[in-house]
Amino acid sequence: MTLGAPSLVLAAIALAAASGLPSLALRRRRSAPRRGPWVQRLSTSLLVLACAAGCVGALASILEPASPSIVLPWKAVGDSLVGLDPLSAFFLLPVFFVGALSSIYALGYWPQAKHPRTSARLQVFFGLLVAGMALLLVARQALAFLIGWEAMALSAFFLISAEDAREENRRAGLVYMVATHVGTLALFGLFALWRASTGSFALRAPALPLGLGAMNGIFLLALLGFGLKAGMMPLHFWLPGAHAAAPSHVSAMLSGVVLKMGIYGLLRMLFLLPSSPAAWGWIILALGAASGLLGVVFALAQHDIKRLLAYHSVENIGIILMGLGLALLGRSSGRKELFVLGLAGCLLHVWNHSLFKSLLFLGAGSAVRATGTRAMDRMGGLAKAMPWTSAFFLVGAAAICGLPPLNGFVSELLIYLGMFNGLATGAAGAAMAAVAAPILAMIGALALACFVKASGAAFLGVPRSPEAARAKESPAVMLVPMAALAVTCALIGIAPWLLPPLLDSVIAGLGSGPSLGSVPSLGSLAPLAYVGAASTAIFALAALLALTLARSGRRARTVMTWDCGYAAPTARMQYTASSFARGIVGMFAWVLRAPKEPKRLEGAFPEPASLHGEADDAVLDRVLLPAFRGLGRLSRWSHRFQQGLAQQYVLYILIALALLSLTLIPYDRILALLAVN
Amino acid sequence: MTDLINALLVVILVLNLFALGTSRIQSVIRIVAVQGALLGLVTLLMHERWTVPVALSAVAAVLIKAIVIPAVMVRSLRAAEIKREVEPFIGFLPSIILGAVATAAALLFTRSLATGAVAAAPSLIIPASIATVLVGFIILISRFKAISQVLGYLVLENGIYIFGMLLIEAIPLVVEMGMLLDLFVGVFVISIITNHINQAFSSMDTRRLVSLKE
Repeated sequence: MTLGAPSLVLAAIALAAASGLPSLALRRRRSAPRRGPWVQRLSTSLLVLACAAGCVGALASILEPASPSIVLPWKAVGDSLVGLDPLSAFFLLPVFFVGALSSIYALGYWPQAKHPRTSARLQVFFGLLVAGMALLLVARQALAFLIGWEAMALSAFFLISAEDAREENRRAGLVYMVATHVGTLALFGLFALWRASTGSFALRAPALPLGLGAMNGIFLLALLGFGLKAGMMPLHFWLPGAHAAAPSHVSAMLSGVVLKMGIYGLLRMLFLLPSSPAAWGWIILALGAASGLLGVVFALAQHDIKRLLAYHSVENIGIILMGLGLALLGRSSGRKELFVLGLAGCLLHVWNHSLFKSLLFLGAGSAVRATGTRAMDRMGGLAKAMPWTSAFFLVGAAAICGLPPLNGFVSELLIYLGMFNGLATGAAGAAMAAVAAPILAMIGALALACFVKASGAAFLGVPRSPEAARAKESPAVMLVPMAALAVTCALIGIAPWLLPPLLDSVIAGLGSGPSLGSVPSLGSLAPLAYVGAASTAIFALAALLALTLARSGRRARTVMTWDCGYAAPTARMQYTASSFARGIVGMFAWVLRAPKEPKRLEGAFPEPASLHGEADDAVLDRVLLPAFRGLGRLSRWSHRFQQGLAQQYVLYILIALALLSLTLIPYDRILALLAVN
Repeated sequence: MTDLINALLVVILVLNLFALGTSRIQSVIRIVAVQGALLGLVTLLMHERWTVPVALSAVAAVLIKAIVIPAVMVRSLRAAEIKREVEPFIGFLPSIILGAVATAAALLFTRSLATGAVAAAPSLIIPASIATVLVGFIILISRFKAISQVLGYLVLENGIYIFGMLLIEAIPLVVEMGMLLDLFVGVFVISIITNHINQAFSSMDTRRLVSLKE
């Protein structure tokens, strides 16, 4: 093989970064309206080509881990800029796969003809986003990593604020910008500390063991910097607004892939260190459980379909972190099974979430494009107008809830197995399993309730608004990417026995520390063949049922929901998303600060009552914004010291002089005199 | 000789208080002019032998501080058509009291200062210098008319000039001339600016300049 996998990936990065240039060149030409669509297709095909090359390179290096790493000389900062190990390759695959599909989807969702002002910007920054993420994944050196990180973060900002004519989008972009810069600041601290304690910026395992203080510092800074990007629970505040504001294919990319870069960074840094205190595992497990549970609870209280999906990202990041926490616990206690199962669950859920979450965002985008609103309570009945979109959305919803024949089930099963494995490790492990496993189960159940609400309100029933009634199915260029994602979701669910070769190579790369030695294969720990057989059986049964129903020739009657005998029912009398979620939202009123319960309707002529079930964000709206407003008031108070009045400044000079001359007073002599007296 | 210098310095201190207490700007200009003339005299008296450089320095000080600068300022005062400082930030009587307190503090403060190197100098030089600087500050802080600000700046400079006499052997003539030139150019520029402020804001109140802040 003359063309090594790393050089293929590097070529893919360069091509992806350059893919937006044709659109940029076109921007101000007069021929833009005529040539625009073709230029957009050219840009997209360049990006898809880059992604295909990248996928091939990444897959090759997972299956053949001994691929050579490229040393790019950069005198100023040291050597070994780029390398490709199974962990990088594992994260590269979703970047390129979802990147390619989302950019194809954009041809239909954000066509040049309809958005002449912003489509060039989206093309350029979408390519840069993909290139930035791929660069940070192959970087083996802190500065190269940060370059990729910032390229990703800044192009994500321009993508999020694409529709900057609207106030709420500008605000979301600003909140994102502040959050990502705080994260980058933490990363600067992290790498400075890394350099100070290991002696180089190179991201490879340190030769000498680090002190506990430096290790804890690295852990906390990594948790802050990467946790902000990943959207871990108290740091998730930028996420719902940004995901809702961005165009849907960008939301798919953000939620499916960009968040995972935080997880990648956490994995990379934590497993560079040869060992870790048990407390780290507990902290990550607890944070994961909190993110998972609170994420799904907040999702239940949302009305905006994209905000709902964004909160589900928080939930799934929580599940991924729970897997990571198990793996860290396994490593610090030397239990290989726990390590392998936890890490496999974490990694597989990274893939799965990037597949089904981007599928859901693309489906939601299709519905949003057809109805012109993101409010689920104004959609309704889309299943009849948009059968393909609703079918793909349903597949994504079933996958994210962890239902058996699809991929979400496999990764959650691995995490469950890890927890039950921990049960055997003694009192601490048993306590962990006893708390964490029910929480994971509860997350699954609540997610199911939430997606029954979402797909029920948006796709079932009859249209709730005139726009929903006029909805039309999206073009094929948008449906094909969704179909590809749905098929991949199903493939992982039906044939999970394909995974151990891929995952084993990544896990072996991470677990080859002194504390674990060689780790067992995933295939020997999890009954993936049985899972695959059961899933296939479920699929076969479902197909059989569908076929029988179709051949029986019964047609469904079109009627309203049961109307209690009322003579003139309207579409507005259907269950809304709020009313469906009301019971569960009420249970979690302590954290949601949900609206007041409506008055009971009593008597023959009851007074009007209303229910509105949307919750604000716990961190952004209740903690950060009040805090910053307080800071603003404090700053206004300090304005009185800086009024631009020359007289005032002269007074300051005089005060400074007086204070300086105070140092001339011979205090010691005065004290001595006092002492004598 | 020392007694004579001290007597002149006392006159300068009294003129300081007088400058604080009067609202007529023309009077303040005259006071500053008289201060400048006295300073030239003190320079001559400080030297035991009169050489050409010393005479030049003294004449230049008198010429610039007592004649040229006051003339420029009186001209710009006429052009601006104002006579008095109205409603200063600190009233006239309180500023006299403040000036007196500052003078007393300067006298007390100097006693605790280690001045071994210049023990031969007349005893009032350092307190007079510090007191004049403080009075200059008070004028700068409490007056709002642009031209009063210039006057405060001049008084401040006089204080620094008095201090410079201690080092009269050490400071070369060129530096001294440079200082005087700086002062002159500064006053010249500010007088022009004063006219422009007057035209732009139809007032000489420097508080109006706050609107230029951002």
